[in-house]
Formats: sequence, structure tokens, C-alpha cells
Amino acid sequence: MKIHIKGGRLIDPKRGVDAARDVYVAAGKVVGVGEAPAGYSANRVIDAGGLIVCPGLVDLSARLREPGFEYLATLESEMAAAIAGGVTSLACPPDTDPPLDEPGLVRMLKFRAKTLNQARVYPVGALTAGLKGERLTEMAELVEAGCVAFSQADAPLTDNQVLYRALQYAATFGFPVWLRPQDTALAHMGVAHDGQVATRLGLAAIPVCAETVALSTMLILARNTGARLHFARLSSAEGIAMVREARRTGLPVTCDVGIHHVHLSEMDIGHFDPNTHLTPPLRSMRDRDALRTGLADGTVDAICSDHTPIDEDVKQLPFAEAESGATGLEVLLPLTLKWAEEAGQSLSLALGRITCEAARVLNVDAGHLAPGNAADVCVFDPERCWRVGAETLRSLGKNTPYRGIELKGKVRYTLVDGQVVYEAK
Amino acid sequence: MWLNPANPQLTKTGELHHLLTLEGLPAAILREILDTATSFVGARVKKLPLLRGKSVFNLFFEPSTRTRTTFEIAAKRLSADVINLNISVSSQSKGESLLDTVDNLSAMHADMFVVRHGESGAPHFIARHVAPEIHVINAGDGRHSHPTQGLLDMYTIRHYKKDFTSLRVAIVGDVLHSRVARSGIHALTTLGCPEIRVIGPKTLLPAEVERLGVHVCHDMREGLKDVDVVMMLRLQSERMNGALLPSAQEFYKSYGLTLDKLAAAKPDAIVLHPGPMNRGVEIDSSVADGKQSVILPQVTFGIAIRMAVMTMLVGGKKRNA
Repeated sequence: MKIHIKGGRLIDPKRGVDAARDVYVAAGKVVGVGEAPAGYSANRVIDAGGLIVCPGLVDLSARLREPGFEYLATLESEMAAAIAGGVTSLACPPDTDPPLDEPGLVRMLKFRAKTLNQARVYPVGALTAGLKGERLTEMAELVEAGCVAFSQADAPLTDNQVLYRALQYAATFGFPVWLRPQDTALAHMGVAHDGQVATRLGLAAIPVCAETVALSTMLILARNTGARLHFARLSSAEGIAMVREARRTGLPVTCDVGIHHVHLSEMDIGHFDPNTHLTPPLRSMRDRDALRTGLADGTVDAICSDHTPIDEDVKQLPFAEAESGATGLEVLLPLTLKWAEEAGQSLSLALGRITCEAARVLNVDAGHLAPGNAADVCVFDPERCWRVGAETLRSLGKNTPYRGIELKGKVRYTLVDGQVVYEAK
Repeated sequence: MWLNPANPQLTKTGELHHLLTLEGLPAAILREILDTATSFVGARVKKLPLLRGKSVFNLFFEPSTRTRTTFEIAAKRLSADVINLNISVSSQSKGESLLDTVDNLSAMHADMFVVRHGESGAPHFIARHVAPEIHVINAGDGRHSHPTQGLLDMYTIRHYKKDFTSLRVAIVGDVLHSRVARSGIHALTTLGCPEIRVIGPKTLLPAEVERLGVHVCHDMREGLKDVDVVMMLRLQSERMNGALLPSAQEFYKSYGLTLDKLAAAKPDAIVLHPGPMNRGVEIDSSVADGKQSVILPQVTFGIAIRMAVMTMLVGGKKRNA
């Protein structure tokens, strides 16, 4: 299949391209950018006039809910959501049931995902058996089975000796470890940022020091062990400042933020909207602004969707009892574009945070469109508005703070391995 | 990004439809409730026909005797049918979801739900999901709000002090976990009280509490200096020994209201407590039973306030028609 993507504005952040360029695809790969290779004749021409052509998005955290939570969502539904959102590569955290702590589970997931022939799935293996924070998993075996990194997802790891050993062990083989810094005791029972809104609404709070105390421990252990550490979903201004400082002194750590935290703050909890119950909690406007500054200056490497499809039964409850998380795959692109517009950042920089920079964290060859690369492409209409709602979302998770709100930016075509896997009607 | 929806307790024309919190209620509505209550306090007839034919469901997801009883008395004096449901020991333990419980009760043609729940925001949640003709009164939700308590406190203060705009008020004790404190602060600021102080140790004051419009004091004598009103808060026994406080005795020493500490306040200062009291922990008996205490009148006024709220919610449409 030869596909000619014609007349679009190509933005390829990694190569610094932002110009009118045609993209030529053949046999699953990009074979030409700007000009067709000799003798090229397309089977299909995609008219990308007025559209933006960019690398397929790379999402560092999307829960697919398999195995174990198929009543919440299935691989089929969530992969359909991914490609509808322009996401062609995604990392899924290990908090499935059972957790991704056995090579067999990882192989099964990879196999199931591959047969669907949609987005590429990169499992993140459990750092400890059963995510219990006690015993290390067979990391080498898990990598062989397809894991790209190791994490505890949102499960606590309270024993610092286990954390120390896990980082030493992972560092032995150069396996990346992704951690979301949160001190379990300091966050105990908390559901909202320790600020004016939690005070007003009487919600149990998670102070910023729950993040920074854990982060400080992890930074010290990263320095001592030489582990390749990635911090997932930082939420506070102080957290961003600590990572910035650590990098300034040469520590090769990376970090990401969740897309909802780039836009929302504690204020958006409003009158106890359970859809704004997220992990980590939405923090103050000052924190939100610091995440934005971090994104702009490169302290924050990537934005992830932190896609968490949740059933109405466990979401439509009083705020604290509602399960935390929001659906994200289909709003990742429009909300990233919204940030770029509000912050006055170039589309290239913004798209970089959800393509090549995320791929660099993931350590896979994706997120750019040089000739010879796999043709994972997202073609979107940057001006097209659509209303977020149960009918417009393909994910089984309809839980979103943006329900009923109009967002700008709609995917028109998604290509994986040179095949059109999604096409908007 | 601001996703805030409209105030869920007012109708589009600004009338009270539910009573969920005192935050955001206009002063005119607060005054109307207090004035309506005044007419009930003075009334010689015990039983009024204002809610005849209406069913009031008391939904208590958290045990309470006092508040439930006062709501029951208030509803009965207004001739309503009262159904008491102690849900913590019935459907919830059978695994029925809150939404299912509410749907079932709505189907029994309730006119009003009086809700007490351990989670902050639960009455908001119920109000969002009930049929539009049903009214919800929050009888206390988690640490969030206890609006009828806040209103009866305002009634009591107005009764003794007449005018809010020249008052100094101190709120003492476990503000962090107190829905009574939050309701009092919102009502006082709305009614124009110029100075509210909250007094307690740092472990019992919530983050950024100043942003509610209060001054923070850690020293009780300093905080009580020249105040007109002292609102004491109840200290739950499970919070007396642990990481929040070392012991009840030490709390009493620093923050228990004694005659000696009360002497720092104005000589005619009044003392309120929402009950039930822990004598010898947050308040000394000599104060609780002393001449400045208005704790028993609070209870009497509480019934009138609840009658007023119920009348305004159910009778509101008729009145304005």
C-alpha cells in the first residue's frame, strides 16, 4: 500500500520541520518527505489540505484495563480510543489484575494488542511482585517479554530498602524505572490538594510535601545507584523545581505531567465534581503554572494522557469515594494544542512533548517521520471543534472533567505502519 | 480553565431549592431564614399546617440522635409525615449503592430528604441526582458543612447581640475536622461580621484557612481578647491521642475554655457549643453551665431554624406564586 499524504503542513518536531511538505508512504515506512522517491505512484492519496501532519502521538501512560478489569474497558475499546486520538504508541502501566509481573502476562498483552493491529503497546512491568513493594520481579525476563520500563504505578512502595535494591538491580542492566513520587503516609486518606479548596469543601488533603519528600528520597537514590529514573505525573511547583535543579547538576532524570494537570486546578473541583478527582490531585493555580513553565523550558519532557477509564458505578459517588482518574487518550491532542495556544508556544514544541520527547523517555524509535521510519502518522484538523461527551468518546471510560465542553483539534487520519487504522467520518 | 457550574442550591431565579451549604448564599436569604425562624420561636400554637401532606425522609448515613430528633420535631410541628431511615445499618451494609438508595426513596414520593453523611459533598451528590421536585437539606456532611447548625448559631448570636457588623467572634478548637466551623465562618462573613478569629494548634487548622476570611491565633488568651462571641467546637475522642494531639489533658490546658481564659473576652461575651460537649476537654463545666453560656437556647432555636428552612424550601413556590 502506497499512501501519498498531500498538501498538509508537516510538523516533525524532532527534525525541526514545520512547513508545507507532502509525505510519501510505502510498505509501512516513510519513503519520502517533500519529494516523492523515483518511480513512486500512490495507491491512495490523502488530501491533507488545511490539515496538520505530524508523527503519531506517543503516550507514556494509558490504562487499557486488560487483564482483569475488562468490565471497565477492553483492549478493543481503548485501542480504538487511542487511534481516534492520534496515539500510535502507548505505554501501559502495570496496575492490571493480576499486575504485569509475569512474562506470560506481558506476552499475552503484547500478542492481544498486536492482533488488533492498531496502536503499538509498550507494557511497563511491575517493579515488585504483585506491586506489593516487597520482592523484585524478574526484570530481565520481563524485558525479554516486551517490557520497556518498570514501575509501581500508583501502588505504594514504603520500604526504602526495597526501593534502593530495586533501583540498584535495574541499574545493573540499565532498565529504566518510572516512579510517581508520593509518600504514602503523608498522602494517607487524602483526596485533594492541601489548599483553599480542600479547606472550604472539607476534603481530606494531600500536601505538596507528600510529593517532594518522596521525590527527594528518589533523587538521592538515583544518584547513589545510577538508575535511569523517570518521574511520572509531577503535580507541584516544588517538584518541578527539584527536578530542574537535579538536572542542572547533571543527574539524567526525566519527568512527565498529566494533560489534565496542565489545564485544571483545585478550583475546578467546583461543587464536588467527582470527575475532577484525579491522582495526583489537582493542585493550586501556582502549581499548574509551574507545570506549564516546566513544559516550556524543557524541565518536563513529556505530557501523558494518564488515561484511566472508569465505570459510572464507581465514579458517580461522593467526591472522596469516587475512584480517581479521567479518560484521556482522545483529549490528549486537543488539550495539548490548547496549552500551546494559551502559553504562546509553537505547535512544534507542544507536539514534541507528545511525540519525539515522549518516545525518547520510552526509549523507542518513534515520534518522528524521517524517511526509513515506520509510517506512524497523525493527520489532524487544528481548527475543527468537537464536544466532549459520551457519544463522541470511543473509550468505554466516559469519565472526564471536560464532559460537555467544546475542544479544538480533531484527528482526521491515523496511520500505523503505513496503514490507515483510523479515519474520521 | 474554570469548569465551575452554577450554584446547585438555588433555582434559576435565585430561590432556595436545596440547603446544602451556607457558602455562596446571599445575605438576604440568610436573613429571611432567621426572620422566618423568629416567627416560629414566638408562636403560641405548637402545630402548624404548613407541610401537611408532605413526606420528609430523614436519611442518616451516620449515627446522630440530637440532630435527627430536632429535624423530626421540626417536621412534625409543621404537620409533615416523617420517615426516619438509619441507612448506615440497612441498605449500605447490603452493598446497595448510594444512587440506588436515593432512587428507591424518590420512588416512594418523598418531598424532602434530610441527609447526614460521613463524606463531604454527599448531599450535593444526592441533590444532583434526585427528581427536580425533591428538596435536599444537608444535616451535616463529613467536614464540609452543617448549614442548619450554622444558621441556629447565627440566630443565637443575633438574638443576644442584635447586629453582626460590630462583632468580634472567636471559633476555638478542631477547625480542621469541623463542618460547624466552616458553616459558621461562611455565615458570619456573609452577614457582615468584621472580625473572625480561629484558635487552635496547627495540627487542627486546615491549610490556607485565612482565605476563608479569618485570622489565625494559636494562643487562646490572645485570641479571646475582647471578643463578643466564643464558638467552641467539639473535639472527637478519636483525635485526642495520636499524631494530632498528645492528650485530652494537654488540649484542655491550652485550648479548653475555662472561666479564667474567658475573662479575656468582653464581660458580656456569649459562649456557644454545638453539642454534645466533652466537659473538661474543650469546655469546663463552670463555663458550660455559667451565665455566659447560651448552649441550651441554641437547641431551642435549632428547632425553629429547621422549621423555617423546611417551610421556605417546600412552601417557597406557593409563597411566591
